[in-house]
Amino acid sequence: MAAYLEVDDVSVMFKARGQNFLAVKNVDVKVAQGEFVSIIGHSGCGKSTVLNVVAGLVEPQAGGAVLNGRQIDGPSPERAVVFQNHSLLPWLTAYGNVYLAVERVFSATESKSGLKARTEAALALVGLTAARDKRPGELSGGMKQRVGIARALAMEPKVLLMDEPFGALDALTRATLQDSLMEIQNQLHMTVVMVTHDVDEAVLLSDRVVMMTNGPAATIGQILPITLPRPRARLDLAENTDYHHCRAAILRFLHEGSARPIPKAA
Amino acid sequence: MATPLRPVKVLSPSVAEPVAANDSPARIPPPLVLPHPVSAAALHARAVLGALLPPLLGIVGFLLVWALIARTTHYLPGPDKTFVSAVQLFSDPFYQRGPNDQGVGWNLLASLERVAKGFGMAALVGIPLGFALGRFTMLSSAFQPIISVLRPVSPLAWLPIGLAVFEAANPAAIFTIFICAIWPMIINTALGVASVPQDYLNVARVLRLSEWKVFTHILLPASVPYVLTGAKLSLGVAWLAIVASEMLTGGVGIGFWLWDEWNNLNMEHILIAIGIVGVVGMLLEKGMTLIANRFDYRSR
Repeated sequence: MAAYLEVDDVSVMFKARGQNFLAVKNVDVKVAQGEFVSIIGHSGCGKSTVLNVVAGLVEPQAGGAVLNGRQIDGPSPERAVVFQNHSLLPWLTAYGNVYLAVERVFSATESKSGLKARTEAALALVGLTAARDKRPGELSGGMKQRVGIARALAMEPKVLLMDEPFGALDALTRATLQDSLMEIQNQLHMTVVMVTHDVDEAVLLSDRVVMMTNGPAATIGQILPITLPRPRARLDLAENTDYHHCRAAILRFLHEGSARPIPKAA
Repeated sequence: MATPLRPVKVLSPSVAEPVAANDSPARIPPPLVLPHPVSAAALHARAVLGALLPPLLGIVGFLLVWALIARTTHYLPGPDKTFVSAVQLFSDPFYQRGPNDQGVGWNLLASLERVAKGFGMAALVGIPLGFALGRFTMLSSAFQPIISVLRPVSPLAWLPIGLAVFEAANPAAIFTIFICAIWPMIINTALGVASVPQDYLNVARVLRLSEWKVFTHILLPASVPYVLTGAKLSLGVAWLAIVASEMLTGGVGIGFWLWDEWNNLNMEHILIAIGIVGVVGMLLEKGMTLIANRFDYRSR
């Protein structure tokens, strides 16, 4: 498998109350082009930290990440992020939020009408054409997150990074958005890294699930390939034994002690 | 009473989330338990009365206490005398009899002009400075000790400095307004910029927006509510300071007028002046609040 995105032996240290705190230790992940990889683990295990290293928002103390042969240093629109709390600018409409990103990425090479078309296409992709002139305050949580996804997709990133994108939504809305995301993924075949703490979400959406141990010094415990055929349908999977095996494997990892911190060598 | 259900907009077969409810709270008087049906007009009248009665009672009580105190002292006029004097005064607010004897309207306008100039200059200097301080920690650390020491100084302490520098009373008064109005402006603007949510700045970082775009699309809209709070506080301080500084500088102005009437021992006019200062101050604040709400993205 050719690595398109490679996280190479990354360790991240934070300073908290004057003390150094090793959040993430020796994390290695390779992601192929067009692959959907989820990172799962308990809260505070450093999943988001790994994602932020790829995003360029956090600088690792050791190791680094390489995308398409180029070392990652700092954030860039080629690695678009869907933030957990959508992070839409409340003074711009849905259209305005997406346009801001489109303008930044494509204004050098495309005409104004091209930028408009891209913005409209992105909103249509997430089913928000009718709500384009609404501000985030007028949108439901699910719709806000759709705008967040549209903004990220509109940038045509090399990698789409999603930081618990549906974590703040109710279960039904979450399911609708997961289905939408799968539909979009079937069309676009993006390279995606998603952080989640939802086992079903990880199995349903991913090609591989990376399981992280608990912090401090969190690292990768196990990697589980999900070989379920695509396109996947939520209802069919409910009866699928492979699906349940994958689910069980992740649950076992999360709850049977393997997610516990590695005992320190005596 | 239930709000009527609004139709759900179906965007596409897979997207059927209801639009977030943004109903404004219905203006309905609190439910009353009534022995017999009451017309809507009667309910409305009750609501109006309920809203107006407490403030009216407060004012009447205040006038009563004032009248009582006025009875026991020799020099303090009661509400009746003050009212008669006010009617007389406001019947001709814009007369001109020499530089030291002008109508109360002229005095008020002169004070407002000084406040406008001082406040305007404070905004011109303070808001950009606040932005710079909020954006660059280095600059903030450099200015912090100076601001901390100068901010608590009473506005009037600056008056001699103003007089010495400008060698004239009017610019000195404006300078005093400027210097006391600038601190809330700087501090609130800086606070607004510094407390722009990290999420928005992360968006800016991922998009690699230019510093100018960050300013116009993120810092400015996010901190407008703080800036306007600062402006509101500034205006309040400026209005407090102008009366005091005019007492010292003389010329034309509501503060000077008040002091002049003390020299004339016209207590009715002093009470009227206090009333004018209070009402104008309140109107200024209400005006600023209106402007602040107009430009606050949260209230749109």
